[in-house]
Amino acid sequence: MIIFRDVHKRFGPKAVLQGFSLEIREGETLAIIGYSGSGKSVALKHIVGLLEPDAGEVEVDGRIVHLLSRPELADLRASIGFVFQFAALLDSLTVRENLMLGLKRRDLPEMEMEERVAESLELVGLTGADDRYPAELSGGMRKRVGIARAIALRPRYILYDEPTTGLDPVTSAVIDRLMVRAREKFGVTGVVVTHDMRSAFTVGDRIAMLYRGAVRRVGTVEEIRQSNDPVVRQFIEGRPEGAADAEDAASGAVA
Amino acid sequence: MYQVITQRVADWLSGLGRVGHFVSDTVSSARDTRIWPGLTVVQMRRIGVNSLPIGLFISAFTGVVLALQSSYTFTGAVPLYFVGTLVGKTVMLELAPVLTGLALSGRVGANIAAELGTMRVTEQVDALETLAYNPFSYLVLPRVLAATVMFPVVVAAAMAVGVASGWITAINLLDLSTVEFVKGLQIFYNFKDIWFGLVKAVSFGFAVALIGCVKGLSVRGGAEGVGRAATEAVVLSAEVILVLDAFWAVVLL
Repeated sequence: MIIFRDVHKRFGPKAVLQGFSLEIREGETLAIIGYSGSGKSVALKHIVGLLEPDAGEVEVDGRIVHLLSRPELADLRASIGFVFQFAALLDSLTVRENLMLGLKRRDLPEMEMEERVAESLELVGLTGADDRYPAELSGGMRKRVGIARAIALRPRYILYDEPTTGLDPVTSAVIDRLMVRAREKFGVTGVVVTHDMRSAFTVGDRIAMLYRGAVRRVGTVEEIRQSNDPVVRQFIEGRPEGAADAEDAASGAVA
Repeated sequence: MYQVITQRVADWLSGLGRVGHFVSDTVSSARDTRIWPGLTVVQMRRIGVNSLPIGLFISAFTGVVLALQSSYTFTGAVPLYFVGTLVGKTVMLELAPVLTGLALSGRVGANIAAELGTMRVTEQVDALETLAYNPFSYLVLPRVLAATVMFPVVVAAAMAVGVASGWITAINLLDLSTVEFVKGLQIFYNFKDIWFGLVKAVSFGFAVALIGCVKGLSVRGGAEGVGRAATEAVVLSAEVILVLDAFWAVVLL
């Protein structure tokens, strides 16, 4: 289980998270929605210790992330797969080498590593792309490799940072289906940060809306769909005018 | 004015503190021996072997110029075989290490800063961390070690080529025989001439790679930040090389 407790995070004068509290339950996929720049990715990076809270804490399986030593943090990270917004594949390595990278840290037999690479690439429909470099792949393919790299680790959690941003509708649907398939096949708990409402409704069991640095509403997909909260309604309907102040809507946070 | 000076000193000290932390993290990352040894070999080829052509090119022409200029200076006043002395001493003590160091600060320092900076802004460094890799073991230590080991190798080759090109120039363009050139080369030769140059090269390699890594991993922003980091790495490396050059002269000569 992942728990955010009253997390505050500031970058210079900009307060990004201001009392962000949220619970992600075992086995569910939770979609965090919100305006661009509202701090969704910042929240996600707290889970793997890439960022530390200024105040508050993030707990993962009973461990407070920012209090862990480097070896303990490495141990925690071994249970989490992170899919980056632009895939973040190491461009000096081939697709296969990118997938092997995390597996090599697990002390797995060579045979098992090869099997996992093959299985993960098959799951994302990229069998045969093993020896290609990231520069030779399209944006959608790179994201699929990023998902394969996370899945290959058989993590307890997968964190998706804007998995469908910048993709065409069909490729977005393919990525959505992959996220659903990853949960069905491996029972992994997922956190999906997105502002793509179609994606959030497709993959999420629950949806939390981040607004002005805190959770504005959290509920099942149906509850969010039928929410009367004007800020939530404006966001999911994509209306330029509404309860959310135009400036806040653009920045998503207040200084 | 007082405030500006105080602020500058505070910034400088905090920068020095950050570098201290960086070095300490790099040293402690050596514990993870499953990561860095193989990557260090790869970097030794990239930083060392691939830098040989530029190092040798510079020293070859330096040897030619030194032989001709010393002959021009000595004419009539000093026996011509001292051309060998001057070429040998100057190449080994100063020009091979410093000119090679400066050239490599551009080639190696900028390359490291730009590569790591790009990895930082494209979240590849974050990806390494989430895959349970310590970026210091994976990225920094191999580069710093490789440069520290390979700079002296490139400088040693540059010394040999510089002296050889001086000798070829002397016997072809000056009225000097091989025996006379070698006599001049040996006359004040001291083994310290070689190891002094190599000690300097070790420190240059360490400094250039470390500066490249510090600048690269602290990039913020996009392409502009990467460009700035590469430029700063080259300028700072060149300055540090000249300071180290003077430091070793004071300490060891």
